[in-house]
Amino acid sequence: MSLRSDLGRVKGLGAAHEGVGHWRLQRLTAVALILLALWFVTTLMGLIGAPHAEVVAWVGQIHVTVLLLALSLALFWHLKLGLQVVIEDYVHTPWLLIAAQVATRAFAALGALVAVVSILKISVGMS
Amino acid sequence: MAEFSLPKNSRVMPGKTVSAANGAKRARTFRIYRYDPDSGENPRVDSYEIDLDKCGPMVLDAIIYIKNEVDPTLAFRRSCREGICGSCAMNIDGTNTLACTKATESIKGDVKIYPLPHMQVQKDLVPDLKHFYAQYASVKPWLQAESPPPPDRERLQSKEDREKLDGLYECILCACCSTSCPSYWWNGDRYLGPAALLQAYRWLVDSRDEATGERLDELEDPFKLYRCHTIMNCARTCPKGLNPAEAIANIKKMMVTRTL
Repeated sequence: MSLRSDLGRVKGLGAAHEGVGHWRLQRLTAVALILLALWFVTTLMGLIGAPHAEVVAWVGQIHVTVLLLALSLALFWHLKLGLQVVIEDYVHTPWLLIAAQVATRAFAALGALVAVVSILKISVGMS
Repeated sequence: MAEFSLPKNSRVMPGKTVSAANGAKRARTFRIYRYDPDSGENPRVDSYEIDLDKCGPMVLDAIIYIKNEVDPTLAFRRSCREGICGSCAMNIDGTNTLACTKATESIKGDVKIYPLPHMQVQKDLVPDLKHFYAQYASVKPWLQAESPPPPDRERLQSKEDREKLDGLYECILCACCSTSCPSYWWNGDRYLGPAALLQAYRWLVDSRDEATGERLDELEDPFKLYRCHTIMNCARTCPKGLNPAEAIANIKKMMVTRTL
């Protein structure tokens, strides 16, 4: 039983003075993902049935490479930001919270790296 | 992890049934959550069948009738009986509202009454609101200004600035919104909740207040403010028709604005 005052408990460790950056980035990546996903899906539809060489050539175009990289980075960044909030919401066991946050970041970072390297490999292999 | 089931000693058991209607034409059954911490027993739901012609039209009238005439051990808070004190906030027919402004006739079937969700229960329909009030106190709900007030009159405010407080000053702190919010259920220890944040915004937009920056500093926190995920239960349930979710969204806008 704690004899700490209610106000003392509410004030706790004080405000962390962060959150606005996370909030803004989550929305920016969301808008970017809507636009990039629309472009990606519609363009990919045009490539249905195309031979392998044609798809590789498509990835190799500079603007396509850049857009694909942007899509991958926005996707994994948004994924990290979203999962972080879900974990903060529901996981309250300290060690599990830290482990889950580290795992999420590692997964997002590795996923982004794999995507970037794959796109660059195809793109650079072409030119 | 978040707890999704009640602990064993909180599981609600079937309770007693009391019929006080005596074959009345307008008989209704009120199923009311009962819990007495001194008994050591689990909470239960008691059923009271009463004659609606013997009490007033609101749910509060009915539970006052039950307490006076049927079962004096029933505990609940009430004061003004006209929707301005916020004392009789409880969960009626699945929605947090004020018993004094909720008409019994507006409810179909049995009237189910529970205390405000996810709060410690002191007895029956009386929740412990100490933490809720401390959260309100933490936003410093008073005017803070360095400029001294004019010596001969109060601080003035334009009509346009005064209008910014409409939809905010009407909050009666009944706690219906905060206790309807899943984010508050899971993280109520750190998340300030819709009521305290609406009150915080009430002072953030007050043209006479000079502590806007300090107030925003105190709120800029992943838990105090940013646990709001715009679920909107708060706006749905508010018995005064206010929109705490909009007030919170406006605080987030202010946070972004000062970084641009």
